[in-house]
Amino acid sequence: MPEKQPDSELEKEQEAGVEPDEARAESRLLNIGVSPHIRDSSTTAGIMGWVIVALLPITAYGIYMGGVSAAIVVAMSILGAVATEAVIQRLRHEPVTVNDLSAVLTGLLLGLTLPPELPFWMPLLGGIVAIALGKQVFGGLGHNIFNPALVGRAVLFVSYSKYMTTSYLFSPKAPVFASQSIKSINAITTATPLAAQGLVRKDELTVAASRYYGPLLVGNPWGCIGEVSAVLILVGLAILLYKGLVDWRIPVCYVGTVVVLSWILGMDPLFAALAGGLLFGACFMATDYVTNPMTAWGKVIFAVGCGIVTTVLRFYSNLPEGVMFAILLMNGFTPLIDRYVKPVPYGVRAMRRAQAAAEAEQAGEAA
Amino acid sequence: MGWADNLKRSLLVKGGVHPPASKLAAGVKISDGPKPKRVLIPLSQHVGAACEPLVEKGDRVLLGQKIGDSDSYISAPVHSSVSGEVTSIQRFPHPSGRDVLTVEISSDGEDAPAPGLGPAPDPLSMEPGEIRRRVREGGIVGLGGAVFPTHVKLSPPSDRPIEAVIVNGAECEPFLTGDYRLMLERGQDIIHGARIIRRAVGAERIIIAIEQTGPKAIAAMREAVPDDGIEVFILPGIYPQGAEKTLVKTVLGREVPSGGLPMDVGAIVDNVGTCAAISELFLTGMPLTRRIVTVAGDGVAGRANLEVRIGTVVREVIDFCGGLSGDPGKVILGGPMMGLAQYTMDVPVTKATGGILVFKKGSVFCEEPGHFSCIRCGRCVRRCPMNLRPYLLGSYSDAGMWDHLEDLYINDCMECGSCAYICPTKNPLVQLIKVGKEGFNRRKRKMEALAEKASEEAEEKENAGKTA
Ligand code: SF4
Ligand code: SF4
Repeated sequence: MPEKQPDSELEKEQEAGVEPDEARAESRLLNIGVSPHIRDSSTTAGIMGWVIVALLPITAYGIYMGGVSAAIVVAMSILGAVATEAVIQRLRHEPVTVNDLSAVLTGLLLGLTLPPELPFWMPLLGGIVAIALGKQVFGGLGHNIFNPALVGRAVLFVSYSKYMTTSYLFSPKAPVFASQSIKSINAITTATPLAAQGLVRKDELTVAASRYYGPLLVGNPWGCIGEVSAVLILVGLAILLYKGLVDWRIPVCYVGTVVVLSWILGMDPLFAALAGGLLFGACFMATDYVTNPMTAWGKVIFAVGCGIVTTVLRFYSNLPEGVMFAILLMNGFTPLIDRYVKPVPYGVRAMRRAQAAAEAEQAGEAA
Repeated sequence: MGWADNLKRSLLVKGGVHPPASKLAAGVKISDGPKPKRVLIPLSQHVGAACEPLVEKGDRVLLGQKIGDSDSYISAPVHSSVSGEVTSIQRFPHPSGRDVLTVEISSDGEDAPAPGLGPAPDPLSMEPGEIRRRVREGGIVGLGGAVFPTHVKLSPPSDRPIEAVIVNGAECEPFLTGDYRLMLERGQDIIHGARIIRRAVGAERIIIAIEQTGPKAIAAMREAVPDDGIEVFILPGIYPQGAEKTLVKTVLGREVPSGGLPMDVGAIVDNVGTCAAISELFLTGMPLTRRIVTVAGDGVAGRANLEVRIGTVVREVIDFCGGLSGDPGKVILGGPMMGLAQYTMDVPVTKATGGILVFKKGSVFCEEPGHFSCIRCGRCVRRCPMNLRPYLLGSYSDAGMWDHLEDLYINDCMECGSCAYICPTKNPLVQLIKVGKEGFNRRKRKMEALAEKASEEAEEKENAGKTA
C-alpha cells in the first residue's frame, strides 16, 4: 500500500472549510505543455561557453606571446561583436541575446585570426562587420550562411591587406625563440612561413621544412594570435571532442586532405598541416554549427572540399593563405550539400523494396 | 563478453537519448488501487472507431459487463469496472484533451460479476479464430500506450507469415515501472499470454525483450521461461527502445517498411501488460477492466504501482496515494517523454494510462518550451531513431509549408520526443511536428479529393462525348 500522508492538500482544504472545487479552479491551473516534459540540460550558452573554454589555452598563450597589443586586438574584436549584436537586436525590437555567448565567441574567433599588432580600431571594425554583415543581415543566429568571424576577417583582409599580411611580432617571447632557424626566417617580413614560399625556392622549403616544426608546434612567431601553437589548438580540439561539441570528421578530413594533396604536390606534409591558419581553421572555424552540413557524410564532403580549395589556393594563387577563403566558399555550398546528402528515414528502403517487389509481381502477372 | 554484447547492442541502435531513469517506484510492489464510488468509462479508449453505448441511464450494470461496442473492425468494446447504476451518458473530459462520450456509473461496492464470465478451456489448443474473438470481446488493446486493438494485430493476412512474437518489456519511459513490476511479480502470466498470442498467429518463436537497465526483471523472466522456443533478449538502455519499430529493428535486425506494420517483416509486438491481460482473460474470463498505473513525481505524496480500475478519476488515484504535495504544476498521464499533460485532474484512467505523474509548480518538468530557433547543431538529426530531420520538420511546420513535409516523411515521426529532448535551444519540435502532421494530412486529403473530383469530371465529359 502507498504511504498515506495526512497533510495532503485535499485534507487541508477540507479542514479549512474551503469549497474544494472553487479552490481547485483557482489555485491549480495546470501547465499543459506538449511532450517531452523533460529536456536535456544543454543550452546554447553552455555550448558556446565550452567552445570559449576550448579556446582559452591558445588565447592565453597568444596574448603572452604577443603582449598588450594582442590583448587589445582580442578585446576590441569581442567588444565590437557583442556591442553590434546588442544594438542591432535592440533596433529590431528583438530580445537581446548576448547572454547566449555566441557573439562573444564570434568576436574571440575573429580576434584570434588577426595578427597581434594592429591599430585598435581595426579589430573593432572587424567585430562590427562580423556580426552585422556576417550574422544579423541573414536574420541572426542559425540563419547565416557564412561563418561570421571569417566574414569579419575577410573584409579586413581585403580592405587592409597590407596590415593583415605583413604584421609580425617584433619582440616575440617564445621559449624556443633562441633557435637559429627562427632567426633566419624571421628576417623575412611575412605573416606566415607559408607566405615565404614565394621568396624561398620550393625544393628548399621541402627540404628545410622540418626546421619549422618546433616553432609551429609550440611557439610560432609569424602567424596570427590564435596560430601561435599547434599543440594548444589540438588541446582545444580535444576539449571540443570530449564534450561532443564538434564532429571529428571535419578537422580530420580537412587536414587530411591538405596533407595528402600537399604531399602529392611536393610540399612537406607535416609542414603543410602545421603552417598557417589550417589547424585553427579546421578545428574552430570549419566546425561552426551553423555553417556546415548537418549529416555525417555532408560534413565529410564539406571538409574534403575545404581541403582541396585550401591547397589549390596555397599552391596556385598569390594569396598567402587559403584557409579563410576555402571555408567561406564551402560555407556557400553547405545548403546545397544539405539538400542532396540526407539521411534515409527508417523503413523507407524497406518500403521501396516492397513496392518494387509488388510491381514486379504485377508485371509478372500481366505477362 | 559483457562489453562486447553492449557494443553489439549499441551498434544495432540508431539515435535515441538517455533521459534520467527516475524509476522511483521500482521497489514498490503492485497493489490494488482505490475502490471508486463512481467511474467514468469513456467509449473511446483505443485507436479506431469509438463505441456505441449498450446501456442507458438508470440501467444496472455488473462488473465486467460490456457497456459499449462498435461494428467497426478496428475498435474494441469497453466494459464496466464496477457493479452499480448508470447515472449518465454524456461528454466528459478525456485524457486526450477533448470531451468524449462517457458512461458514468455509480458503484454499489459489491463488484457483482456479470454472468457468463468464466475461464476458457485450454486456450493453447484453441482455434486461432476463437482466440481472436475472445480477445476482441475482452476489450484487449495494446497497453504499452498505443492502445491499438489487439485482435487486429492477431489477424495477420495469410501472405504475412508471422515468425516471432516479440514481448515488449522495454519500459523506456522514465518514471514508469508498471511493466517492470509485472515482470518481477507475474512472469508466468506474461508467458502464458504470449503463448496464447503465439497460438493465434501461428508463430514459432517468442522473444521477450527487456532493457539491460532492469537486471532483476531479466533474471525473473529467465527463471519463468520454460524452454520451448521462448527467448529473453536484452536491449540496450536507450530511449526509445520500447517503440515498436525500433524494437523490431534491434531484436530482428529488420526495418518495418515506412507506412507498414511489424507483421510486414514477420513480427508482432505486444507489451508485457497486454500479455498479462490476455492471460487473465483466458484464466478468469474477466475482460480488461483494470490496468497497472505507476504513480510518481515530486507533486504527489506517495509513489506506487497500482492496479487501478479503468474509469477511476485521476484525482481519486492521487488522493489514494496520499494526495498532492505542494502546488501541482503539471499532471502527466503516461511518461514524461510522450505522456499528455492534463488541464484537469478529473479525467478518468483509461486503457492507455500507464502512469500518473504529478510535478510541483516550478519543477523542471513545468518549463515552457520556447519558440522555434535552431543553431543547426545537428543533434536532433543524429538522435532521431527514425532517421528523420527534425529541425526541418520543425521549421517547415512553423512556417506552415505543408507541401515540404512529404519528402521529409513527417508521418513516420513517432513523436518520441528524442529530438526536442536533446535540442539545446529547447525547440518545441514535437509540438511543431504535431501541428505539421495535421496541416500536411489535411492538405493531402484535400488534394486527393480534388484529384478524384477532377478525374470524375474528366470521365463524365468523356462519357458525355461518347453518348453525343
Ligand atoms: S522527429 Fe519524431 S521520431 Fe524523430 S526524434 Fe523527433 S519525435 Fe522522435
Ligand atoms: S537539436 Fe535543435 S538546435 Fe540542434 S539542429 Fe536540431 S533543432 Fe536545431
